[in-house]
Amino acid sequence: MKVVATRPQSLTNAKFHYCPGCTHGIIHRLIAECIDELDQRENSIGICPVGCAVLAYEYFNLDMLEAAHGRAPAIATGIKRILPDRCVFTYQGDGDLASIGMGEIVHASARGEKISVIFVNNTLYGMTGGQMAPTTLIGQVTTTSPYGRTVEQAGYPIKMAELLAQNEGSAYIARTAVNTPANVVKTKKAIKKALQTQMNNKGFSMVEILSTCPTNWGLNPIDALKWLEENMIPNYPLGEFKVKEE
Amino acid sequence: MAKGRVRFHTERCKACELCVHFCPRKILGVDMDTINLLGYHPVKVNLPENCNGCGICALMCPDLVIEVERD
Amino acid sequence: MKGNEAVAEGAIRAGCKGFFGYPITPSSEIAEYMARKYPKIGGIFLQAESELAAINMVYGGAATGVRVMTASSGPGISLKQEGISFIAEAELPCLIVNISRGGPGLGGIQPAQSDYFQATRGGGHGDYHIIVLAPASVQEMMDFAIDAFELADKYRIPVMIMAEGTLGQMMEPVIPRKMVTEFVDKPWATTGCRGRQPNIINTLHLTPESLEKRNIHLFSKYAEIKAKESRAETFLLDDAELVVVAFGLMARVVKKAIMEVRRKGVKAGLIRPITLWPFPEEYIKRTIKTAKIFLSVEINMGQMLEDIKLVVNGEVPVDFYGRIGVNPNPEEIAEQLLRVAEREGI
Repeated sequence: MKVVATRPQSLTNAKFHYCPGCTHGIIHRLIAECIDELDQRENSIGICPVGCAVLAYEYFNLDMLEAAHGRAPAIATGIKRILPDRCVFTYQGDGDLASIGMGEIVHASARGEKISVIFVNNTLYGMTGGQMAPTTLIGQVTTTSPYGRTVEQAGYPIKMAELLAQNEGSAYIARTAVNTPANVVKTKKAIKKALQTQMNNKGFSMVEILSTCPTNWGLNPIDALKWLEENMIPNYPLGEFKVKEE
Repeated sequence: MAKGRVRFHTERCKACELCVHFCPRKILGVDMDTINLLGYHPVKVNLPENCNGCGICALMCPDLVIEVERD
Repeated sequence: MKGNEAVAEGAIRAGCKGFFGYPITPSSEIAEYMARKYPKIGGIFLQAESELAAINMVYGGAATGVRVMTASSGPGISLKQEGISFIAEAELPCLIVNISRGGPGLGGIQPAQSDYFQATRGGGHGDYHIIVLAPASVQEMMDFAIDAFELADKYRIPVMIMAEGTLGQMMEPVIPRKMVTEFVDKPWATTGCRGRQPNIINTLHLTPESLEKRNIHLFSKYAEIKAKESRAETFLLDDAELVVVAFGLMARVVKKAIMEVRRKGVKAGLIRPITLWPFPEEYIKRTIKTAKIFLSVEINMGQMLEDIKLVVNGEVPVDFYGRIGVNPNPEEIAEQLLRVAEREGI
């Protein structure tokens, strides 16, 4: 019999601490599979965020660093500039990347830093208990938008993929989702493309992945996937926003 | 039909049921008679003979519970 | 050469391969020097988008095991504190240069030593220290850059060189130091796990036990540094009854003032802390028996004064004289020394 699915080399055997049905685990596995398939395990350095994925250094079987909130792209820059032949990636959530780390991510993209950013967008701050994020949808209830996010009070959600695609330094920008098997497969392809973009020295790459937070959304894991499809995808369209060829 | 086999690391299972939901052949379920060390009723295969080894359960599993083999 | 250029050249001679910084007066010549030199000699110069980004690039660069640095001034160093706390906890060696100016707030670019508390108390959140070196000449700007990297690598600790803006801007002849060519191994570096188990650089400790253990580890290292690396220069101290304590460029001015008052029969001497952290306590302790009074002279409102008082512990009086935004001249200091000497019957 042929093995169809098993734990990739680039993940340790540690149990994920994530809530049941949280899609962080799927995304971790996809990254690890891509690193394995590109034969980069011993050449990769990953940087974890502050957020639910803060412990990701225990899960990836790679050299890993833990960053201050939002600073992962700056740390990745420091590493990549010193070691330009390594495969350097950050793993960041929407609070980390789109709020407190907005400066770092925009400038890493503008400079065309040859790093890959895996951006997990679940529309709120998961680890701190479900507060409003820059990506929270209009009308969405969170613990700091208890009556639903309003434009008057908190403005509009930030669309990071579209925003960063405008930068010349961005070589590959895509938005995918992990709500269905087909979309999970597409997400893996996008992650692989991002890593290849880096390995081919084309510039900055980012995959924004629409993800769920069943716990803070107050939904069971399957309903959370449906909520993602019905609410997030219309506001955050999927697709490739930048593919630099040369 | 291709013949498949699923194996579970049940100690990792959190009973999120994404595998159960997405299994195209509807052969998976939770084992209500068992509680694992995480405190959940883990996944089990109800109709092993119907597995075609498509791997979708493992694809959607967030916790590396499932290994799949196929003929 | 200029003080700022000397510290930059010293870093290059120490084998520093990366500079990540953000422009701020009066430190910018350090970045400019690196921007000119690194492309020619194979180093990384990167002007970051912010002080926060710069210090985190240092975090990343230092994590690879290569010598890297940043430079800034007070307001920029404040912004860097988050990163410095992380770097201290992660035990990453690096050099941080503070060409300091007056504060608080935006303050001014005039000379000051007002960042003493910030530098010696850790500066950011959590229990930690960094080594702080205070040069007093352009030569020392170069020499201390090399010493700083040696200390940083030896103890896996960030090292700060703190100099008044005046020292960064002034010019003196400098005897160049040799290139450093031998470096310690850094098996902990995150370089990709080829042929070994993965390395993790992390500052998170979720259990009370591991958090406390981590802090105890850091403080045992700090105790070793205190015991082995406290440095000071002394001047006419043997018979001194009026013991002046001053650091950095201020100490040079004080020396002149001491020579002046000695001619008038006042037995004055100087202790010049070279390491501001660890504070050279032993030098103060050894002098307590012979001193009638300590006088701390600083370009601030009295910060090192507290460290002196902690060591002296009430055994003799400790007085203070300070200005802000100006380097007092030798005559002004001499006048103060005479005033104190007369009052104390020295």
